[in-house]
Amino acid sequence: MDLAFTPEETAFRQEVRSFLEEKLPGEVKRKVLEHRRIRKDDVHRWHKALFEKGWIVPGWPVEHGGTGWNAVQRHIFEEECALAGAPRLSPFGLSMIGPVLIAFGSDEQKSRYLPGILSADVWWCQGYSEPGSGSDLASLKTRAERRGDVYIVNGQKTWTTHAHWADMIFCLVRTSSSGKKQEGISMLLIDMKSPGVEVRPIITIEGEHEVNEVWFQDVEVPADNLVGEEGRGWSIAKFLLSHERTGIAGVGHSKRELRFLKHVAAQERAGGRPLIEDPLFRDRIAQVEIDLMALEMTVLRVAAAEREGKAPGPEASILKIKGTDIQQALTELQMEAVGPSALPHLPMAWGDNWIGATPGPEYSTPGPEYSTPLAARYFNYRKVSIYGGTNEIQRNIIAQRVLGL
Amino acid sequence: MDFSLTEEQQMLADSVERFLQKNYSFELRREMVASRQAMSQEVWEGLAGLGMLGVPFAEEHGGFSGGGVETMLVMEALGRHLVVEPYLATVILAGGAIDLGGAAWQQKILLPKIVDGSLLLAFAHFEPESRYELEHVATRAKADGNNWVLEGRKSLVLGGSVAEKLIVSARTSGEPGDAQGVTLFIVECDDENLGGQEYPLFDGTRALDVQLNGVRVGPDSVIGTLDGAMPLIERVAQRATAALCAEAVGVMSVIHEATLEYLKTRQQFGVPIARFQVLQHRAVDMFIQLEQARSMAVLAAGRVDSEDAYERRRAVIAAKEFIGRAGRFVGQQAIQLHGGMGMTDELAVGHYFKRLSAIDILFGDAAHQRAQFAALKQGEQTAEFARPRKAWKKI
Repeated sequence: MDLAFTPEETAFRQEVRSFLEEKLPGEVKRKVLEHRRIRKDDVHRWHKALFEKGWIVPGWPVEHGGTGWNAVQRHIFEEECALAGAPRLSPFGLSMIGPVLIAFGSDEQKSRYLPGILSADVWWCQGYSEPGSGSDLASLKTRAERRGDVYIVNGQKTWTTHAHWADMIFCLVRTSSSGKKQEGISMLLIDMKSPGVEVRPIITIEGEHEVNEVWFQDVEVPADNLVGEEGRGWSIAKFLLSHERTGIAGVGHSKRELRFLKHVAAQERAGGRPLIEDPLFRDRIAQVEIDLMALEMTVLRVAAAEREGKAPGPEASILKIKGTDIQQALTELQMEAVGPSALPHLPMAWGDNWIGATPGPEYSTPGPEYSTPLAARYFNYRKVSIYGGTNEIQRNIIAQRVLGL
Repeated sequence: MDFSLTEEQQMLADSVERFLQKNYSFELRREMVASRQAMSQEVWEGLAGLGMLGVPFAEEHGGFSGGGVETMLVMEALGRHLVVEPYLATVILAGGAIDLGGAAWQQKILLPKIVDGSLLLAFAHFEPESRYELEHVATRAKADGNNWVLEGRKSLVLGGSVAEKLIVSARTSGEPGDAQGVTLFIVECDDENLGGQEYPLFDGTRALDVQLNGVRVGPDSVIGTLDGAMPLIERVAQRATAALCAEAVGVMSVIHEATLEYLKTRQQFGVPIARFQVLQHRAVDMFIQLEQARSMAVLAAGRVDSEDAYERRRAVIAAKEFIGRAGRFVGQQAIQLHGGMGMTDELAVGHYFKRLSAIDILFGDAAHQRAQFAALKQGEQTAEFARPRKAWKKI
């Protein structure tokens, strides 16, 4: 057992760091670190930089563009990117449908779709949840009827993140309503520009537009766009649950936010001294930092096991639960740290052209610049324990598959 | 970064586990505790026979030359079997002080006796007023020619009642709370000027309070450097803390397992109570805390011998904090999920819970560790301590 990173791993970290210094656009980095609104173009610029370097899909098989890094190297890479202020890449192509096509897609599908995922010329979104099918995903109702060479799709998806950015959607649809409900599900690739597809924004509690409803009315989808066999959609969806799971802990991201929290707590004053010197507040920072250390060690244990060839099992649900707990705790503490300065709602201040002057009459006191997005982030981050399988569903998975309850 | 065990480490873990499975039943422990015994001589000899009492010491003293990881493996097994024997007191604490700070000649005399099981020691450091503060040493040692005369009180001396010698911290200069001016002395327990009282702790282990009424010791009894023992004491406390973290993981793993078993067998409303989702989720939360605690015990074990004082401190403090908190949760929920049965003295689960509660307190509870953690400063280094040479008599 050796907790030190090997000289090769340390050299690798340095290589990633140098790349980030050189290629992460400063403007994008600043937006990420200051919690400003990230636009599609910001993500796109960073995606392109990684693509040109050949680092866009570290976890993929080398013949499809992967880097051949092991799980520990991938962890180092993700951590360095997050710490440096790289934006989150869109996961739908890179971490979801890409690996699915590699495992289940036809040769034609692979050659048609994988290049666009790598180059970000084609953006994807995920059509899983429906108004009536949240945690009970297998109850989904969106229908796909085979008519000759096409499927006719009718129904509605919801919570579709960045559907308004997407060119394609991979959808779970019902192709049969007899037998077990899981067995009637198939996966279809649908062009968002097809007649009958309509995207309607959903504005979430912080006031932003990330998610959407996607409606399908008599949408014609070529039968060639079926992934795998008809009726196998559920097992394909489950395959994703065991793919590249260490990233969901968001350790690097949380380290970055912890660093920011300490920065804020050092600036803010409470009771005549910096907030970070307040014993009660620092007690809570200490607790979340220690929780993060424990999570990081667990991630590294899983990554090391993965490197030895053991695929992460349902234990990876731990990483989702604890990772999101910590992310939420950090947004909560950041908001709390700025006190009443969290109150002003200034969404214009999160945008591109904001130069730091506070709007409104001169007597208004919106507080320091860093405080404006913090409440919105706190509200927005309530989503993390809900998406990707609620934390309650994750507990069900562990209870059934790990503890045998 | 590598978490795998070497073949030797795996053998060590297997051998202590096998021995305890065969020789350390919960009933044996219960009888020992009920009859106010601090240990079983047979068990101690058995552990010595397996080489377990020499795990942290160099091979030249008959030891295993183990580090934090080897100690972790042994402690985890001791935790699983709820062993009351004074392994922490003799091997980790007192043995650790000699191993880290003793002169070569002291090591040569004392360590082989610890290893073969013939010498029991205890570490008398904390005092009635010190709470968790390591520097709070009020006991005085006054020079009298070449000798030292010790006056003061030491409390909660783990394993003290069965020890032959105590390693006592005393102030040779400065005031309670000062980082400078503390020295370690070896004191014979049969000294006529040493009074004391032995008592049980709530977890069934036993401790000793001692009164030093002018205990006279010679110059050879000094361990480490005069006035400069604090860094050594901190290192010893860190080893003990890391060891306790590993022990706690062993304790937690057993009660988690027992709780799962209980959920699957206990029937209510016509079904095993494991069918109830609220109980499933509770068991999952226990599992998560256990796995995260294991990660932290590994972190502490891997860093406890690090040369970097900041890294060492940060890892050990964080691990103890997390494990204090996780131990409370896992212990409390184990009792809760066992229902009324969890409250009974008859079931082992309550005894495991009590050990977890004691581990939380020993060397500072979770709240204390959090305060320590928040006060950590990067780059801070402890003063180095040197092993002294023998102080020959001068003519």
